[in-house]
Amino acid sequence: MNKKALISTQQLIKHYPVGGGKFTALKDINLNVISGEFTGLVGPSGSGKTTLLNILGALDVPSEGNAVVLDHSIGNLSHKQAANLRNMYFGFIFQTYNLLPVYTVYENVEFPLLLQKLSHTERDKAVKQALEWVGLTDKIKSRPAQLSGGECQRVAIARAMVKVPKIVFADEPTANLDAENSHNILQTMLKLNNDIGTTFLFATHDEKVITYLRRKISLNDGEIVDDKVI
Amino acid sequence: MIKFLLKGILRDHHRSLFPVMIVSIGVALTVVLQSWVTGVFGDLTEFSAKFNTGHVRVMTKGYAENIDQIPNDYALTDLDNIINNLNKDFPDVTWEKRIKFGGLIDIPDENGETKIQGPAVGLAIDMLSKNSAELDRLKIRKSLKEGKLPTKPGEILLSNQFANKLNIQSGDIVTIISSTMYGSMAINNFIMSGTVEFGSAAMDNGAVIIDIADAQNMLDMDDATSELLGYFTHNYNQIKATKIVNKYNATLKSDDEFSPIMQSIADDRFLGSYIEYAESFSGIMIFIFLLIMSVVLWNSGLLGALRRYGEVGVRLAIGEAKGHIYLSMIVESIMIGIIGSIVGTIIGLCFASLLVKGIDIGAIMKNTTMMMPSVFRAQITVETFYIGFIPGIFSTVLGTILSGIGIYKRQTAELFKELEA
Repeated sequence: MNKKALISTQQLIKHYPVGGGKFTALKDINLNVISGEFTGLVGPSGSGKTTLLNILGALDVPSEGNAVVLDHSIGNLSHKQAANLRNMYFGFIFQTYNLLPVYTVYENVEFPLLLQKLSHTERDKAVKQALEWVGLTDKIKSRPAQLSGGECQRVAIARAMVKVPKIVFADEPTANLDAENSHNILQTMLKLNNDIGTTFLFATHDEKVITYLRRKISLNDGEIVDDKVI
Repeated sequence: MIKFLLKGILRDHHRSLFPVMIVSIGVALTVVLQSWVTGVFGDLTEFSAKFNTGHVRVMTKGYAENIDQIPNDYALTDLDNIINNLNKDFPDVTWEKRIKFGGLIDIPDENGETKIQGPAVGLAIDMLSKNSAELDRLKIRKSLKEGKLPTKPGEILLSNQFANKLNIQSGDIVTIISSTMYGSMAINNFIMSGTVEFGSAAMDNGAVIIDIADAQNMLDMDDATSELLGYFTHNYNQIKATKIVNKYNATLKSDDEFSPIMQSIADDRFLGSYIEYAESFSGIMIFIFLLIMSVVLWNSGLLGALRRYGEVGVRLAIGEAKGHIYLSMIVESIMIGIIGSIVGTIIGLCFASLLVKGIDIGAIMKNTTMMMPSVFRAQITVETFYIGFIPGIFSTVLGTILSGIGIYKRQTAELFKELEA
């Protein structure tokens, strides 16, 4: 059975002004990602994987071509519509965790739900569930500074997953972690992908991540050079 | 959401304690400066009002036109009637008769022959009436250097310096040679009851003070006075003074040079321009200070917002709209501004209330001929309570608004890159 694509791009181009000219970061990207994938954009630094991830995550817009995510044309979204799309359907995981340092683990995970204006009871239930998924229910009152790198990244995963998003964008999520923590994190994400069906799209050049991917899209100099299901 | 943001502000000292401290210091300085400037200029005005001009004064047109010559031939007459009308029309103003006169002081020897003479500036005030406020108003009790205050008609106070120059003591006879309001010679003997020292060379060089009734007798000024000085319950207020003056002068129909006219301090040839200058100067001083404080606090607001680029990036990625982030930062800065302004105003008022007691500059001003007080003090006015809120809130919010525009105009992905950097 053919599943409908969550993400679809046609002749997507992105260039940035550099000096008097322009630098093309992405060239003719044609891509489809369907629901439930555990896919990685793989390539060396400067290959354009983060740029593509940012566009698909509605953090940036294409210069030419089209990117449609969850039936929304990214290039045509207003700031507010893009924010709403991110808030309701996307989760983000960053290399540097980017937790808000003055808030507790519970409050960091709760934050996306506050933006969705859920009731206290709904928020409480969802936060505890998300922390249970990542095995951090005993760290609810801790601040990020009191946690290890692996624990911080698990909080970031809980924050991304708490609203049960359709797609999680993860940009080099294991780059700051040791091998053991990397595997723990990846297993957690894989489990969430299997159990909840959330689509994961990685930007990575970390071999540890690549071994977990079910689909590898290789980029080089802004072009897709290989796309294979593993 | 507000509770969430509030938690963040309270826990992050960079967002709460430090900005509040900076705002508080700026606001406190503004409050102290405003109260000091207001107090000093107010004191100068009040000092002149007490000794010389009143807050408002009534005199004849002829007297007003030649005021530098102290022209008692233009004295105000029919006093009882004028005072009754003034009391009826302006019940919250206290009216005092004052006579100024020039003359020669003659000190006789034991044979009644002139021992020594000197020119004097005479001031006649109500010293002997039971309810007179003049002794307190001019601080004559406090200024008494030797002897005692006059207790009966025919007694005179001399400035201490003048008495020393004439080499006379309490109990000695002093003859004043002057001219009556009709131009004839006036000669009267007084007994020196004591000496006074005001700490101002203008008053201490050659002043003599007698009771108003004695002056009226001596100068043939029955039911007449040089001027009627009006004093408000509180300090001088230009708006109130202008209203009173306009109301009083509007009732006058005669252009006769002996008809009464009312003037405020602002109408005084010298003090008027001083007040105008003082008001502009204090306004400029406070404006410059507010401007400097505004720049400092704006910068603080700007830095506060710039150091939160990372946080802004995360919040954008999570799905918070730019407008919402911008608004929440402005709300935060308003909260910081209000808290800082309240704290700063309280601190500023504490310092200002210490300065209300005043700083004595008497030693420095010993030889000045200006009519000015020897103690400068701060004055706490209604304005003191709110002036700090102008730089406190306005500048902090302005800083956040300007830095927020930077965030607002930046591409989301750029903020995101800065977040990752």
